[in-house]
Amino acid sequence: MSSTAATPINQLSMSEQLQRLQNKAISSVELVDATLAAIETHDGSVGAFLQVYPEQARAQAASFDERRARGETVPSLAGLPIAIKDNMCRTGDTVTCASRMLHNYRPPYTAGAIERLERAGAIVVGRTNLDEFAMGSSGENSAVQLTRNPWDLERTPGGSSSGSAASVAARYVSGSLGSDTGGSIRQPAGLCGVVGLKPTYGRVSRYGLIAFASSLDQIGPLATDVTGAAILLEAISGHDPRDSTSVDVPVPSYSQLVQQPLAGLRVGFCPAHFSEGLDQEVAQTIRQALTLYRQLGAEVKEIALPHADYSVAAYYLIAPSEASSNLSRYDGIHYGYRSDKFENLADLYAASRGEGFGPEVKRRIMLGTYALSAGYYDQYYARALKVRRLIRRDYDEAFQEVDVIAGPVAPTTAFRLGEKNNDPLAMYLSDIYTIGTNLAGIPAISLPAGYSKSGLPIGLQLQGPAFEEIKLLQAAYMFEQAAGVLERKPGMVGG
Amino acid sequence: MSLSAKDVEKVARLARLRLNETDIEQYAAQLSQILDYAAILEAVETEGVEPMVHAIELANVWREDEILTSLPRQQALQNSPAQDGKHFVVPQILDAS
Repeated sequence: MSSTAATPINQLSMSEQLQRLQNKAISSVELVDATLAAIETHDGSVGAFLQVYPEQARAQAASFDERRARGETVPSLAGLPIAIKDNMCRTGDTVTCASRMLHNYRPPYTAGAIERLERAGAIVVGRTNLDEFAMGSSGENSAVQLTRNPWDLERTPGGSSSGSAASVAARYVSGSLGSDTGGSIRQPAGLCGVVGLKPTYGRVSRYGLIAFASSLDQIGPLATDVTGAAILLEAISGHDPRDSTSVDVPVPSYSQLVQQPLAGLRVGFCPAHFSEGLDQEVAQTIRQALTLYRQLGAEVKEIALPHADYSVAAYYLIAPSEASSNLSRYDGIHYGYRSDKFENLADLYAASRGEGFGPEVKRRIMLGTYALSAGYYDQYYARALKVRRLIRRDYDEAFQEVDVIAGPVAPTTAFRLGEKNNDPLAMYLSDIYTIGTNLAGIPAISLPAGYSKSGLPIGLQLQGPAFEEIKLLQAAYMFEQAAGVLERKPGMVGG
Repeated sequence: MSLSAKDVEKVARLARLRLNETDIEQYAAQLSQILDYAAILEAVETEGVEPMVHAIELANVWREDEILTSLPRQQALQNSPAQDGKHFVVPQILDAS
């Protein structure tokens, strides 16, 4: 263990970084340089970033430093380096979704969440790797490169926000943005030992987020600690008229409220979350977390989610159906990859899409097209939507009894790279505990709960009622303080 | 549920995806496996349940019908793999004769 004095500044928590920037104990240029140096040293082996913007980041940092030196008022995150997932648009950047299809795409607009982040003063240092079009649970579906788990380079960081989780776990940055359609923020956060929050559907603008499944997608924060996640969530939340599904409700001051303990907290747990297929070490760690909540004065009680076992099946009909429709825009004409092997227009579409998309994206387009096709629509898609409503009702009833539902994030710790590559169904089942959240549209947080004997992180998930992110953050912060899980870091960065 | 190579070819045509023989064979097996798993939904009683298409059920969002600046043509065309400065260029779709 390194002593605090020797901790490189990029490894400090977000709140500490912001405090030191504000006190002028460090400059933003120093912080950005430390981040860039860490990326330079470690990212050859981790592979979290697809693109890094050193000159732009240094110039922005220098500008904030000058404004601070002149005594100007600067925004709350002024000079803070952040990583973003490479499926969020920003003018001037190339945004690839880790797909051959978008290898040279330069968006003419900036995502609402990125606009807010930059308006708050954050500096985008780079774009992180993902499963192609955010479809996957291991990062291995990236058409560009493999991202490795900083805790064990032979293992997956999880996905689809593989690079956003790995960049925080490797402590290049104290926070990043990911997107979550079925667990794509929470599962990699859990496997990488960091905090990840999927906001309520409609809490954060999806304008400029490249669509996967529009009724499920949400942008959210990842950070080394709960307070960091609260700070970023506050910066990106809020109504955006350009996303008509974004909801016009006030944004609480998450960063101010997160550290206030919740009195009379009621924590639910669901037996379906401890069923067959759950690793014993993970189960034990989650049970210990429930015990800790009891010791903290919370009431811990069993609740039922009777339709939880159907969530993966419903999700893998609904999400691919939406994806097959959303991804029909990639036609080889308006933007993206165009094949040169065609004779007519129909050929141009089919060849460009056949060559431009990777195997998992094509698998999901096929699955969705089938589920929506004449003769099968009622049997698959319509039935899945009815089950979705039953899943939502289960949560509504459970939240009459409890404030949050605690359980595992994923059935196992980080699995080996390549382990589930040839078995799509096994890969889909690794999302079993996270998917219900997206179907119901509610928020959930994933945070480090402990470590396996072999030293791999184990994540705790807390799910909460719609627009009650603050309860999740406060309940998570209580656990984080009491459990003492923040002491550990991956060995490669001095942990 | 077992999908044949022919079924897969039909879906690929609907989805405008050119697949090779190996893909078709592999997708037939994998999609069959996934659809078999999805059959567990048949056990759920869904009589009288309304389909839930969106996570937050919003009524229509109205706004004033105002004219705003739209994307300049050059920017709209900038990502096209084939354009002539004014149009997206596509293969001929009508017979020349």
